[in-house]
This record gives sequence, structure tokens and C-alpha cells, in this order.
Amino acid sequence: MNHHAIQTAELRKEFGNKVAVRKLSLTVPRGSIFGFLGPNGAGKSTSIKMLLGLVKPTSGEAFVLGERAGDVAVRRKIGFLPEHFRFYDWLTPAELLRLHGRLCGMAAAKLRERIPVMLDLVGLTPHRDKRVHDFSKGMMQRIGLAQALIHEPEIIFLDEPTSGLDPMGRRLVRDVIRAQRERGATVFLNSHLLSEVEVTCDNVAFLKDGEVVAAKDLHALGGAEVHVVVRARQLSPQVVAGLAPWTTAASVEGEQLTMTARSSDVLPDVVRHLAASGADIYSFIPERASLEDLFVRIMGEDRGL
Amino acid sequence: MGCWVMAGITFREAARKKILWTALLAGLGFLALFGIALHYQIEDFGAHSTAPFIRYQILSAMLMVGLYVVDLLAVVMTILTSVDTISGEISSGTIHAIATKPIPRWQILIGKWIGFVGMIAGFVALTFGGTIAVAYWVGGVMPENAFHGALLVFLECLLALSVTFMFGTWFSTLTNGVIVIGLHGLAFMGGWLEQMSGFTESARLVAVGVVTSLIMPSESIWRRAAFEMQTPLAGSLPFSPFANVSIPSPTMIGYAVFYLLVALAVAVYHFHWRDL
Repeated sequence: MNHHAIQTAELRKEFGNKVAVRKLSLTVPRGSIFGFLGPNGAGKSTSIKMLLGLVKPTSGEAFVLGERAGDVAVRRKIGFLPEHFRFYDWLTPAELLRLHGRLCGMAAAKLRERIPVMLDLVGLTPHRDKRVHDFSKGMMQRIGLAQALIHEPEIIFLDEPTSGLDPMGRRLVRDVIRAQRERGATVFLNSHLLSEVEVTCDNVAFLKDGEVVAAKDLHALGGAEVHVVVRARQLSPQVVAGLAPWTTAASVEGEQLTMTARSSDVLPDVVRHLAASGADIYSFIPERASLEDLFVRIMGEDRGL
Repeated sequence: MGCWVMAGITFREAARKKILWTALLAGLGFLALFGIALHYQIEDFGAHSTAPFIRYQILSAMLMVGLYVVDLLAVVMTILTSVDTISGEISSGTIHAIATKPIPRWQILIGKWIGFVGMIAGFVALTFGGTIAVAYWVGGVMPENAFHGALLVFLECLLALSVTFMFGTWFSTLTNGVIVIGLHGLAFMGGWLEQMSGFTESARLVAVGVVTSLIMPSESIWRRAAFEMQTPLAGSLPFSPFANVSIPSPTMIGYAVFYLLVALAVAVYHFHWRDL
């Protein structure tokens, strides 16, 4: 069995003279929640469409669950929530799920059992008799999520799954995504809400100008450098110089010591060193770089305004 | 399997969006109007003591006009109801959730096509059969080769449907509508030019008509249907709009079938390969 849910090699898509995706080389491990990040126009949606077979690549290769992206056989194992979640809105939510289930080849008996479960999962049971065109944006997103999961796919592509949701809805989506990972499915998440990605994803890739410019294991971010601000008295130059084994930079201004610790693992040693050197510590605040900081650092500041 | 699911959902969409019922209502409205017109005409025959032979010819001509309206109504309904089905779903993005399901794209397109074919068959059966039934019941007239005529009208609708599907895989709904209505208008014009050649005896006018029929053979199918259905006397009148001046040959009908199949094949091919 192939251990990668997704593997692409130098995938490229041109629309006339415009290059939407330049050189996408990506590996997504099975059973993980993968965040696909990038600014507007970076080529995220086109990349997803190539992985789903909606758009034909100009060159390069893409495999999903070990099979060529877009093949009918692999689509049986895929669930997809499109960004604009447009569905046949003249159907009721149960009818919509039945349609998508039947298109996935599900038997009528299985669907009868599964549809109420899915409606319950996304909190739409009280609205089961309404037509979808009477739904709010958030409700549309919920039914979109349900149609993506109706056939228990092995990999789920979610394109901006929380953009129209209230905080409760976001939590629900987060829980649903985690539940998918627990049952062994892979989730490919495209979202602008970096705080959501940060708490949900295992790995992320940053796309810029149609190319992956960085990839991170979010669980390993704890081992990365940590910015620390300390308010203390009795901070002599010798005390600060003594921090060198655990820091890459340290400076004092009045009662404020700022430093960059090599990792969060060394923070107890730093505190012990400061206390042993006679410094009176009033506060010690580690500020780990957020995913947003990382995003801005990788993509550069938006100079649009 | 995917074909039948798509055919069913297409049929259901038309019913749910009231397209089907509106079309049927329009058809029933036409039948009522046609019946009333025939009834008044027959009453006027009594007042003027018209000869039975002339009566029959006038009522047969009215029946042909009625069937011509049915043909026009069926083709226009076909184009209007199907013009948005492919292009609209592509431009709105509705197709994304469907085309990522494990069914080949050709099944999506052919399924929708089958759904429309079912609806058109129902519409033609109701309006065409209804017109003949009304004409027989009120006026006691029947067209020649009615079944053959109905099949030809149905074929014309299928042709319009396939061409609408083909352009729908390329263009937006509005552009698609303009192209298909424009093509049908061209065919309509070509047909009348050929009819006019009967008065002017212009071979060049016939040539223009034939070329337009090759570009879009929809109107020539109707002219063949009219030839098959009218009484020999009505057909021989040079000033009748349905005069047998330039009758499309069975080869032209074969060409129309070929045209339809090519349009459908191109639609399937282009829909399969295009980006969504």
C-alpha cells in the first residue's frame, strides 16, 4: 500500500499565458490533516481541482491514494467540499444527500441509514424539510460537509470549510475533521483561517506563486525557536552573556530582557540560570511564533494598502 | 447507473422548478385556443353553407398551422429549458460537487440529455397528439401519416437539444442561447427562402436554402414532416406556406440524424476534456 495519500511531481497548470500553478511538488501522508496555505491567487484552488480531476494539468504528475488523480476509481474514495458550495438548492437536505450518495454508488438501504446520521452530525436535523435555497451560508456549508462525507471517503478535500460559519459551526467542523482522522481518513484542508489550521492540522504547506515554498510539521513547531520577554532586576551584562548556551540572541533595556531561546525545551534552564545569577524575576513570558507569523514571514508583508 | 441518476434529477429539477408544469400549461393553453378557433370556424361554415370539400381543406390547413405552432413551441421550449443545464452549472460551480463523484463525465452529460429527451417526448406527445385529437374531435379532420410527422417533430427537438448541449459545453448560458436561437432562425429563414423559390423559380434561392439547411437542418425536418402530413391537394397549392415546392429528401433527414449524433458526440468529447 502506498503510504502517501497525495503525491505530486512538478504539477503545472497554464491558462493561456497565465501560469496558475508553476511547479507543485507535494507529499501528504495518509491519515493526516494537511493544511494547504497561501495568499489569494497563489494557485490553491487550481491545485485542488487538479487533484480532483476537475482541471487537467499542463504537465507533471499527481497521484491520490496511489492512483492517478481524477480517475473514476479513486474518486469513489474522495469527498469534496467546494469553496463556493453550490448545490442543487431546490432539493431538501435529505434529497441532496441521497443524490450524492447514489452518485457515489451507495445502496438505497445504506443511504436510508446514513442520511439521518449525517444530518445529525452537521446539526441540520431540525431543517430536514426545508429546501436548500432557504439555507443560510453556514447551513449550506454544513450540508456541503455532509455530502462530502456521506460515503465515508478515505480522503476529504475541504476548500475553505469554515468561511461562512459561526464559532459553534467552526468548532463542529473542527470536531468532524478530527473524527475523520481518528477513523483513518486523510483531510486536505485549504483555509485562510490560520488559527483554525494551527489547532487542526498535522502538517502544512505554503504555496506562493504556484509553488510550494515551505512545508512544516506543526507538531514540531514546539521545538522551534521561542521569543521570550523577561521583566527582572539585577540583570548584569555577565548574566545576559551567560545565556548564550540556550539563546541565539539576548538584549537588556532597563528592566526588560528580550531573548530568542533555541527551543521551548531550554526554558527551565534559562529560568534556573537567571535565578542562580541573582536576578529578581517579576515575569517570564515565552511568545511562540504563531502560524500567522510564520505565514507572514514566508509570504512577505502584503503591500496592497 | 450515473446516467439514470442524472436523468432522474434533471426531470425532477424541471418539475420542482415548475418548468415542466409551465411548459405543459402553455401546451394546454394552445390546445384550448386551437379548439376554440376550430369550433368558431365550423360555426361560420354553417352560416355561409360552405361546400364539404372546401370545409375539409380549410380545416386540414388549420390543422397544419396548429401542428406548425406545436413544432415551433416544442423547439423553443427545448432550447429555453435546456440552455442553462450545462453552461449554468459550470459557471455557478454546481458541477464541481457532481463531477468529482465516481461517474465518468459522459454519464453526467448523457444523463441530463436523457432527462430532457423524456420531457420533450412527453411535451410533443401531449401537444402534437392533443392537436390531432382536438382537430378530429371538433372538426373531424386527421393529418396523413400523423405518427411519422410526430417522430419528425421529435427529431427536430432532439437536434435542437443536442446543439444546445454542444454549445453549452463551450459558452455561457446567454451566448449559448443566442447561438442556438440564431441557428434555428437561420434555418427558419432558409426554409422560407426555399418556399419562396416556388414563386420566383430561382435556382439560386434554392441553393441558399439548401446551404442553410446544411448549416442547421432543423427547419428542413419540419418541412419534411409537413409534406408527410398534409393532404395531397393542400400540398399542391403553390401559395400555401406548406407547399411542396422544395421537399427535403430522406437523405436530408439522414443528414439531420447524423448532425444530431455529431453534435452530441462533440458535446461529450468537449465536456470530458474541458476544465471545470
